[in-house]
Amino acid sequence: MKTLQSHTPIKIEVAGENSLILYFGETTAPEISARVQQASKKLAIALGDLIIDQVTSYASLLLIFDPLKADQYAIRQVIHQTLMSTDETADSAAPASKPCLELPVYYSEASGPELALISQHSGLSIEEVIALHQSLTYRVYAIGFAPGFAFLGQVDERIAMPRLSTPRLKVPRGAVGIADRQTAIYPEVSPGGWNLIGLCPKRMFDPEATPTMPVSVGDEVRFKAISKDEFHALGGEIGDFQ
Amino acid sequence: MSAPHTGFTVLQPGILSLLQDAGRFGQHAIGLTNGGPLDPYSFNWANRLCGNDQNACVIETSIGGLTLQAEMDTQIAVTGGDAPLTINGKPALSWQTHAVKKGDKVAIGFSTIASRHYLAVKDGFQIEPMFGSCATVAREKLGGLTGAPLKAGDSLPCHDTSQDSFANFKVDESLRPHYRGDITLRVILGYQQASFDHIQKARFFNNAFELSDKCDRMGFRLTGPAIQSGISGMLSEGICYGAIQIPADGHPIVLLNDRQTIGGYPKMGAVLSLDIPMLTQRMPGTVIRFEAITIDEAQRQLHLANYRYQNAKLSAIP
Repeated sequence: MKTLQSHTPIKIEVAGENSLILYFGETTAPEISARVQQASKKLAIALGDLIIDQVTSYASLLLIFDPLKADQYAIRQVIHQTLMSTDETADSAAPASKPCLELPVYYSEASGPELALISQHSGLSIEEVIALHQSLTYRVYAIGFAPGFAFLGQVDERIAMPRLSTPRLKVPRGAVGIADRQTAIYPEVSPGGWNLIGLCPKRMFDPEATPTMPVSVGDEVRFKAISKDEFHALGGEIGDFQ
Repeated sequence: MSAPHTGFTVLQPGILSLLQDAGRFGQHAIGLTNGGPLDPYSFNWANRLCGNDQNACVIETSIGGLTLQAEMDTQIAVTGGDAPLTINGKPALSWQTHAVKKGDKVAIGFSTIASRHYLAVKDGFQIEPMFGSCATVAREKLGGLTGAPLKAGDSLPCHDTSQDSFANFKVDESLRPHYRGDITLRVILGYQQASFDHIQKARFFNNAFELSDKCDRMGFRLTGPAIQSGISGMLSEGICYGAIQIPADGHPIVLLNDRQTIGGYPKMGAVLSLDIPMLTQRMPGTVIRFEAITIDEAQRQLHLANYRYQNAKLSAIP
């Protein structure tokens, strides 16, 4: 078997009766995330209808296969043939397929109840917290928790915040939050424990739209501050925080 | 077959009644979970009794309390738990088909031992699929009529089968599950199993757990000896059906149909799907033990169960 050049070897573990999980590393890093995405696309083609579903996340890929059509050995063989016979390094160096998406955010204490808390915690002013959130380009590392909920990383260490000790019962649609070094937009009203800093008027999940989501795993996004008037003009509404 | 029209009206929705097909698959990339029947074995038989496609839409009713009124002549079957079935107040048997007439009232009472019931109708309920499935996942507001549980007054669309004639069938006693006593769930060791040392594994596989009252379609929480993993923090990763998550408090959670697709707690492995109905049918307080099996043994069991199901015959009712 050919080994991978300049990469941690892929570790394959059993997850359940019809699933294997592939680990590409143990940290949050764009290179690792890119390898997960590449592997997911290649295996979807190589395995065809043997695959029921896949879950890509920060550094892992869960492959769920049809246990009446294939066993773990057949799947492992395809994984080896597909991921270890090609020059993975060249692939993962390929540029992102989509341009960076700019997401408008209305940052304010009225639309972001934890801005003051993050300011206190970091010793920065509220304006500095808002500026730091906009200062970086984020990568979509995973989608889950709720339909369309995209985990974006990583935020500047200075504004990283632990989750709220008591989660809110109701977070409004469009709320932009921070948890540790991740940031995300709540696509729908839901309970949630992230620190909220603003509201985004763009729908992040719309079952009636095509595509249903403006982003997928591996995409890049940036945030841009907008005024209250611009927020309303873009169709935004300030929902309830409970 | 003709266009859907109202086949049934919901008079009482009961504790929790949901339209379900086999589940929503291939949508994890946008964060959608599977939904689908908590007891797939009973679900399959309900559809098979009515001669339906195996993915046809049925009602899953938990605990009971569901009353429907037929708005046309058709055929139904109820499988699953032990709640009494009545048609116009008269007791009727589960695990077999019944002809119903327009105006008939079909009621599922309340269960004492096994809590999930499947009511199938000829050709299935005709529900517009969302993301390829009509499975209701209330947390996602997807599936069913409106993404929510059934409520009184809902009209359930069906094919007009009033001109059809129906033969009646039953599932042989030997094929019906018996949901009683303590249960042992077979577990395929996996995921972070190596992070549990031999003492923790011995505690997990040699002790009895109890089903807590914190059980829903996302997961069933167990109480018993706390199990500790050697891992304190890990990156979120994909969660498969039946995965056994061990959170910081050490009490296992078996993750089910409506689970979140990713999560960051260590997992011991996953329960064999064939054993999941034994868990999801049961009430709080049920005693549960775990037994380790390999993925290869799991696969043999799946093939065997599939062979038995495919080769089992329905018995005609004269």
